[in-house]
Formats: sequence, C-alpha cells, structure tokens
Amino acid sequence: MTTDDSAAVEAIVNEFAADRSRLLDIVEAVQRRSGYVSDEAVQAIAMGLQIHAVEVEDMISFYAFFDRHPRGRIRIRLSKTPVSFITGANDVARAFEAALGINIGETSADAGFTLQWTSDIGMADQEPAALVNGIVLTKIKPDDVPAIVAALRQHDDLALARHAIANAVVRPSLVQAGPLLTGPFDHGAGLRYALALAPDQVIEAITASKLRGRGGAGFPTGTKWRLTRKSKGQEHYVACNADEGEPGTFKDRVLLSDFADLVFDGMTIAGYALGARHGLVYLRGEYAYLWEALQAVLKTRRALGLLGSNICGHAGFDFDIRIQLGAGAYICGEESSMIESLEGKRGAPRDRPPFPTERGYLQQPTAVDNVETYVCAARILEKGAAWFQGYGTAASSGTKLMSVSGDCARPGVYEVPFGITVNELLDLVVAADAAYVQVSGPSGQSVAPKDFGRRIAYEDLSTGGSTMVFGPQRDVLGIALQFAEFFVDESCGWCVPCRVGTTLLRQGMQKIVAGRATLADVTETEALANTVMRMSRCGLGQSAPNPILTTMRSFPELYEARLQPGAFAPRVTLQEALAEAVEVQGRQPVAEEV
Amino acid sequence: MTAEMLRFTVDGIEVEAVSGQSILEACDIAGIYIPRLCYHPDLEPGGNCRVCTCNVNGRNVAACITPAAHGMRVENDTKLLTDDRRSVIEMLFVEGEHPCPYCVASGDCELQALGYRLALKAPLQPYRWPRREIDATHPDITLDHDRCILCSRCIRASRMEDGKTIFGFDGRGITMTLNVDAQGGLGETQMAAIDKAAHVCPVACIVINRNSYRVPNGRRRFDTMMIGSDIEARRKP
Repeated sequence: MTTDDSAAVEAIVNEFAADRSRLLDIVEAVQRRSGYVSDEAVQAIAMGLQIHAVEVEDMISFYAFFDRHPRGRIRIRLSKTPVSFITGANDVARAFEAALGINIGETSADAGFTLQWTSDIGMADQEPAALVNGIVLTKIKPDDVPAIVAALRQHDDLALARHAIANAVVRPSLVQAGPLLTGPFDHGAGLRYALALAPDQVIEAITASKLRGRGGAGFPTGTKWRLTRKSKGQEHYVACNADEGEPGTFKDRVLLSDFADLVFDGMTIAGYALGARHGLVYLRGEYAYLWEALQAVLKTRRALGLLGSNICGHAGFDFDIRIQLGAGAYICGEESSMIESLEGKRGAPRDRPPFPTERGYLQQPTAVDNVETYVCAARILEKGAAWFQGYGTAASSGTKLMSVSGDCARPGVYEVPFGITVNELLDLVVAADAAYVQVSGPSGQSVAPKDFGRRIAYEDLSTGGSTMVFGPQRDVLGIALQFAEFFVDESCGWCVPCRVGTTLLRQGMQKIVAGRATLADVTETEALANTVMRMSRCGLGQSAPNPILTTMRSFPELYEARLQPGAFAPRVTLQEALAEAVEVQGRQPVAEEV
Repeated sequence: MTAEMLRFTVDGIEVEAVSGQSILEACDIAGIYIPRLCYHPDLEPGGNCRVCTCNVNGRNVAACITPAAHGMRVENDTKLLTDDRRSVIEMLFVEGEHPCPYCVASGDCELQALGYRLALKAPLQPYRWPRREIDATHPDITLDHDRCILCSRCIRASRMEDGKTIFGFDGRGITMTLNVDAQGGLGETQMAAIDKAAHVCPVACIVINRNSYRVPNGRRRFDTMMIGSDIEARRKP
C-alpha cells in the first residue's frame, strides 16, 4: 500500500469522525475504493480508530461482501436459491463460466472478474438473478450471458455498462395492492395525525389496532413501543429492519422502492411516540442499488419539514434517519445481530435479557421493527385502528404482504388479509398443481397439499411473507437439502449447536438425498435437528432445522422411499473412499478373492 | 431473607440468589452443578457453548447469562437436557481434532471431562478433519488451532483482564477460527505466558511450553475427580 492509500484510508476514517461504531461504513468505503481491504488498510483503520487490528479483522471477516484479498474488479454474484435453480440458475452459471473462462468461485487471470454464488438477493420473482457489483441483473437466460459479459468488458464505467445490459432492470413486483398499499398517499398524513395526539395516545392507537410485527415473529408492536418508551436511557432509537434476507421474500424491497415515504412516515411516528431523535434503517447490502433513491426521499422529507427539527411545526420534535448498509449476512435480520452490525461489529446475536427495548443500539432503548410494520403504523395513524382491524382475523389484524415465487404463473407481492388459506393464495398466483409450499422461507414450514386449507395468520401459519411454490416435478428433499446448505453458509458461528449442528444436518440430509441412509440415520438426523432447535442461541439456529423437521412431518413417504434396508449403510461408497488412492496409484484396487 | 435476596427452584430444590447473579453463579454457590464449558468464573460470560442450557419456566436459556429471578422454575438435571448437552459436546469432538490419548491436556481438559461426565461414547457423527495450522511463533506459548473450540475465553480474558486484545474471531460459521492481533502469529503480539488469557483455555489450544507434563497423566484434575464434583461438594444436606 502506498502512502497515497494510507492517506485515503485515513481520510475515510475521518469522514466518519473516527467513530468506532461506524466501522462497517469505513470498511465498506475502503472496499469500494480498493476492491478489498489489505493488511495495511486494516492497520490504518485500527490506528485511526485506536482499536486493535484483530478487532477490525473480526468484523470484516464476518461479512460476505468484504474481502481481505484482491478479487476481480467486477464481482458477479449469482443468486443461489431453490427458486433460482428451478428457473435455470445452473445453466446461467455454466454460461458465465464459459464466457469468462473461469469456474464458479474463481477470479480471472487479468483480475477482471470474480464469479461466485451468493445467498438469495431478494429477486425470487425474477430469477435467475445476479448482483454485478452494485447492479442487479434479473431474468437472466444463458443466451443473454455473452452480451452481458461483452458489455462489462467494454465499459470501464459500470454505469455505462448498465445501460448496455437488457437484464439490468428490477421489474415492478407488486401484483395485488390491498387497503394498505392503495392510494391516495399524502406526504406525512399519518405523521400529522400522530402529532395531533400525545405520544402515549399514539402508542394506544397502535395497541388498539392489534398490529403485530410483520417480520414473522409477531410481537405486538404497541407493547414493544410502550416498553421502549418506558425504558430509561440517554437516547431512544427507532430501528427499521430492512435486512430482508429470508430466501423467497422481497416485499420489503417493494416497500422501499415504491412506498419509502410510508416507511419513513412510520419511523417518524415511532420517533415521536418513543421520544427518539434518531432513526436507523438497516438496509441489506444486496439492496445497495436502492441507496440513492432512498437518500433522495429522505432529502425531500427534510425539505418538506417531515424530518429534521421541529417537524411539521411541532416545537421540540426533532427526528432524522440514517441508513446503514449491510454487507451480506442473513443473520443481521435477527434484531440483536442487526444492532451489533449497526454498531460496526460482527453480526453475532446477543443473549436476552436485556431486550433491545431496554438496551439496544449503543445500549440504549431501541424499538426494532420490520419495514412493513412501519408502513402499517403510518396507515393506522392515518386511517384509524378500527379501519385496520376491519381486515384479517381476531388474533391477526390487518393485511399481510406475501412474496410469492416458484412454480406459479403470477409471482410477485400480494397484499392479502390475514386468514387467507394457502389454497386461496395459490389460486391468486395461479399455481393449480402446487405439490409443496415453503411458507415463511427456510426458517418456516414445509406445507404439503393436505394442509393447503390452513390459514396465513399468526395463530396458524405464521409468516414473514416468503412463499415458495413447487410443482409435482420438484425434488422436495433436494430442496430441503438446499435450505440446510443455506443455514451452513449463514450460521454466524458464535454458538456450538448452530455452528456445528447446521453442518452435521447438511451431512445427514446429503446421505438421505443420496439414498444411502437407513432408518437409523433418519432417526439420528431428526434427533440432531431437535437438539439444534432446542440448544441454539438465536432464532437462526432454532429455526435452521425446520426444513428437515417439517418435511419429515409433511412428506414422510418421500423419506421412506429413499431408505436403505438394514441397520447400517456407509456415508460414502468404497469406490469414493478409495478415489484419492486410486488416482495416486494409478490403478484400481484388487478385488478380494473369495 | 433480605430485600435483595431472591429464591427459585432447580429441579425442585430451593436456591437463594442475590439480585444480579446468574442462574449458574447462584447454583455454584448452592452446590448444584450445571455443566458448562465456555463459562469461566473470572470472566464475563460469553454464551458460546450452550452446554449450560437449562429449561426455565418452559424455555431453554443459557444459565451463565440468564439472571436469576424470584420464583423461576429451573430444570437442570433431566434426561433431555443431558442428552442435548452430550450432543453439543459430541459436536465439538467432531468439529476439531481431539485425540485424548495423546493430547497434552488429557486429564486436565474440560471438554474431555465433560465427555466423561455426560457419558459420551465414541462420536456417531462424522469427523470433519479440518486443516488448521499450529502457531509456534511464540517462544513460551503454542497455539494449537486443532484443539480450539471457539469458546471465546481467551478473547474475553485478553480484552477484559489483560487489557491487550490479543485474540479475536476470524470468519463466520463452520469456517470460523481464532485469530491473533498480528499477521506473523502470536510471537508478534504482546502476549506473555503470565497473561490471564494464557491460563483460561479449557482444552489444549493455548499451551504453555515446557510445562505440560509437570503433573503426570493419571494425577491431573479430572483424573482424580469428576468435573463439577467440587461444586457439588458444597451442597448442604
């Protein structure tokens, strides 16, 4: 690293006021400038922040989008999900390999390109999709690939390349809007209603609406806000969880693209209700392409007096919003991991208690809510709790945004009232021959046709909205194995049951899918899955076994069909076990004489 | 009972605690042993290993980081928890490399001792055989990453007790490893053999050189007593 570079890193550190809690932004800026974070850059950052290099490395090495070694100037990350695979992602990968002359995981000799897989990028309704540095490519066909690569080679400026690539477009995903997302919309309507009330009355209105968290856990929002307001602290914080990482979900992307004003309205209402001056949006790194547009919305809101000081003329109500960009880690959708990441650390979850409502961001009371929850809050203040309760069921009021993808004619986002059955949803998306539906993503449940009469609601099938539909031609257990792999990639590693257990579960599923498992193996895998569920520290590990446990319940016949008879069957065949020796010796083993 | 005293039950036995104590600390004083691995009495709890998981009012929580609360019902010594804890210990045995018969820590190793206490037989899960390098750059300390169970004790000790921050994690998930604060290995750090961080390793990852066989095999801590029996000996009848 030249002195120039050192000076640049120093300037970046100073840009963030040498604030330790902004380490993620600092590293992101260094990565953007140099393509990776060198040893020298780590030292310079550590010196600038007066922390140890090992702490900087601890953070950097956690995130998939940060590199400690130089990679290609252009990073092609192909979305790896069961939905991308059924739409042809493997063929697209082969086409990229051919066009670039490298294999997946490799960097080209001229350091021009790196090609790799990445976890779901939130484009399940337009797969196969890929991230190319900050650009999103969708609906890629193998035939498109040569032109994509040619455009990337031709233009040094990616902004220019983008215009030359037909796939570089994110299509509108909203198929069906309901009461929440049907206009008219007025800048700050909900906020103005809120400011006419006392903060406690705002919380009462949210409580009366029976709004529950839309991320999937379903905690009553009114209660969360009340607890946060009640907690003592130097500051209170409003955090918006926009780390929409659950494979198969993309409704928050729609909200952030098309309804950002409602999201920020909801956050500002929360700021008023909680007595907070600061709002934080944790935007997943995969959605970096939304950055400019979101900043523009914030700027407009500041100009309109909807953010900043004395908002809407309400003396003493000051509130503003900062967007924190993530860097490729599913776990950061877990609220305590998200808070760690917001503080510029690795996204390892915290043990609770204390809950974020008591000690969250910077150890201060923090309300963490999903993007959709804030949209609901804004509309509830605008239209009233009774209006909201007019939709849904008694225990699940309002509507839910469902992200539907897979084997259906009309994938996309649907706003539906809670209480809708799986069958009704499948009719909407035109999926008459659905044979398996994964509700709420890999951390949710595998649902078989016999259960398609069940309802989408907190009291029945609770969901964050991800709905992956699979037809009769799909391999259910193969998909469960892909989900098991997803959790191996995304386990944070902090606790043993999740770190090791997810890997062992993948091995167990591999043996089952390969048709080498006996009944004893299936029983063993089930027992292990239950242990991982009971012993893991956070929601990731506790739900990682779900695809295995729920397919065992919903599709026992598929497991039975792949069983080996007998008490024991080896994980690998003799031939595979000896493969390395055969290669070294250049001869086959001598068959045992009888 | 003074104002700040609180009472709860563990497997039906009444335990007293002072407000602010964790379930595990209160049980240690009361002479009830909750198996644990990453916990160390001199350090802030880390919550990494989950071996001390107990069922509290129907929910599983780690006893080391959960504050004792008045009236809570804790289950500790149940078949289900023992099975789960054994399974977690088994995971650690197959994740790294732990050849007890020729390991320098044999008899003094908390992982091995827990294996015995929880009646772990040969692991049924497949070994992972990771490739990890030994760091022998320090004159007085060897860092054998094969043995590391990522319990974070050394990280916590170095940061909080020694004020040095020699250790950190690197990577995430199953590829996670222990990292040191120098590109050239432990020998380039300020680590000293008298540091707290050098004396809290539960296994044989951080080994003080020329010291390993002062106490011969057969006469070491857990050769002569089962892990946790010192705590259980405190129990008043």
